[in-house]
Amino acid sequence: MTEVVRLPQGKLDDELRGLDRLDLPISPGVDRMRGVWSGLWPKLAAIGIVFLIWQMLVWLHWKPDWVLPEPLVVLQRLAADLVGSDLPKAIFITLQRALIGYGLALVIGAALGLAIVRSSLLRSAIASLITGLQTMPSIAWFPFAILLFGLTETAIMFVIVLGAAPSIANGLITGVDHIPRILLRAGQVMGARGFARYRYVVLPAALPSFIGGIKQGWAFAWRSLMAGELLVIIANQPSLGVRLQFARELNDPPALMASMIVILVIGIIIDLLFFGTLDRRIRRRWGLLES
Amino acid sequence: MSAVAIQNGVPTPLPTSGEVVLSVRDVGKTYGPAGNHVLALEGISLEVKKGEFVCLVGASGCGKSTLLNLVSGLDHLSHGEIRMDGRPTLLFQEAALFPWMTAAANIELPLRLAKVGREQRRAEVESLLRLVHLDGFGDKRPHELSGGMRQRVAVARAFAQHADILLMDEPFGALDAMTRDLLHDELERIWRETGVTIVFVTHNVREAVRLGDRIVVLTSRPGRVAEEFPVDLPRPRNTSGPEVAELAVTVTERLRAEVRRHADD
Repeated sequence: MTEVVRLPQGKLDDELRGLDRLDLPISPGVDRMRGVWSGLWPKLAAIGIVFLIWQMLVWLHWKPDWVLPEPLVVLQRLAADLVGSDLPKAIFITLQRALIGYGLALVIGAALGLAIVRSSLLRSAIASLITGLQTMPSIAWFPFAILLFGLTETAIMFVIVLGAAPSIANGLITGVDHIPRILLRAGQVMGARGFARYRYVVLPAALPSFIGGIKQGWAFAWRSLMAGELLVIIANQPSLGVRLQFARELNDPPALMASMIVILVIGIIIDLLFFGTLDRRIRRRWGLLES
Repeated sequence: MSAVAIQNGVPTPLPTSGEVVLSVRDVGKTYGPAGNHVLALEGISLEVKKGEFVCLVGASGCGKSTLLNLVSGLDHLSHGEIRMDGRPTLLFQEAALFPWMTAAANIELPLRLAKVGREQRRAEVESLLRLVHLDGFGDKRPHELSGGMRQRVAVARAFAQHADILLMDEPFGALDAMTRDLLHDELERIWRETGVTIVFVTHNVREAVRLGDRIVVLTSRPGRVAEEFPVDLPRPRNTSGPEVAELAVTVTERLRAEVRRHADD
């Protein structure tokens, strides 16, 4: 080694620190309330316009009142049903089914995805089959499911899992396939092997795509469940689907539309508020999202 | 410290001779199927002493990166042997930090993988952040840091692997000149403070002269050692100083001669 001359240390420190400060991105503070409002008002306006068009169709007598009731009548009916009918119980049962079915689909889909990621044999055998399954409308499974399991909860769960698990598995597979090679190499250099490799490198790196998959899986699960509740009617088990069916049979459009509003609102809450927030938080963490 | 040799891609313990911590002997690497394979490295031999700072320079196709991949164990040897006394780790041109973790968590991960206790992990991360002059930035995420800062986090993460041999694959190639100059000073300081052995690959001859105790020029297709240049200039060297420029001209001329050899390939 050559003769060592000490660097002017204080100067280097200051230069590094100065450059670091200059290099750091400046993020202007955001007015939180204003941010929320600017995201909210277009949605509220859109809902308002839908109700307005609906009201106008009623005023124009496009269809008779007993087929297409006024928005106000439906909303009043919704309020009344929420306290004075089995609607709360129906919501509870439907959500319970959604939770159990979706939970099962998550476990099965993730396990399937993980197995395919780990085995090239499994991948060449069933990966395309899974993509194929995704294109099958889940309602087409119901006649078969009813033959297999009768008019039971099992039939509904069976179809929810078949509808949602492929998307969830696919989300995981795509996520793992798209991990930048450099991150895997960094993990390998660090000595992440076996279980630790998945725990600390592969699974977190696949997370953004996986969130996309579980979000899509939820949409399929919710649709499968609604189809199931229309077809598989179980005695003494009120549900949102059953309410739709009975309201149509009893010619009770306000009840029917009230139930539809509930279905729509639940879908929006879970999709936008839950998955949307989850997705945004992860993207922000990764720096994939501006602001 | 354990002595490890990689033979045909399988590490086996072997004694090393004294001062030498990395010995590459007659190493060859071929890619592709037999009969139609590409020869990336052939008969490359190199010895690196403990605490030495060696720079590898070469034109495209000299297999600089391949060599580092072999030494770090990311890739398997086709021929020859690599002996090592100590643990190597590899730094890339990109910092390759995990975007879902803070800077501190990135540095902590190798310690976690090595099952180091929580208290000790925290203390070590703190001192590593100080080592790379990033104390106070531990809770930032990679995207919130500049390229130069990310590269320093990567250096800290390499030290968290308790590595004795830093293999650096054009680590400052993607940075602006100002940041690069500062990081040269910083890397030199860290090297001196820790006594780590560094094998630094670059295509920037001035960078090699600025940093190396020794410059190894590699041939291209296949990669072999063409010539070695000891660098006897006092440190710290000024990248734009006349002594650095003079040696850089010599080394560059050697590199160009190598490139001319391939004019009629």
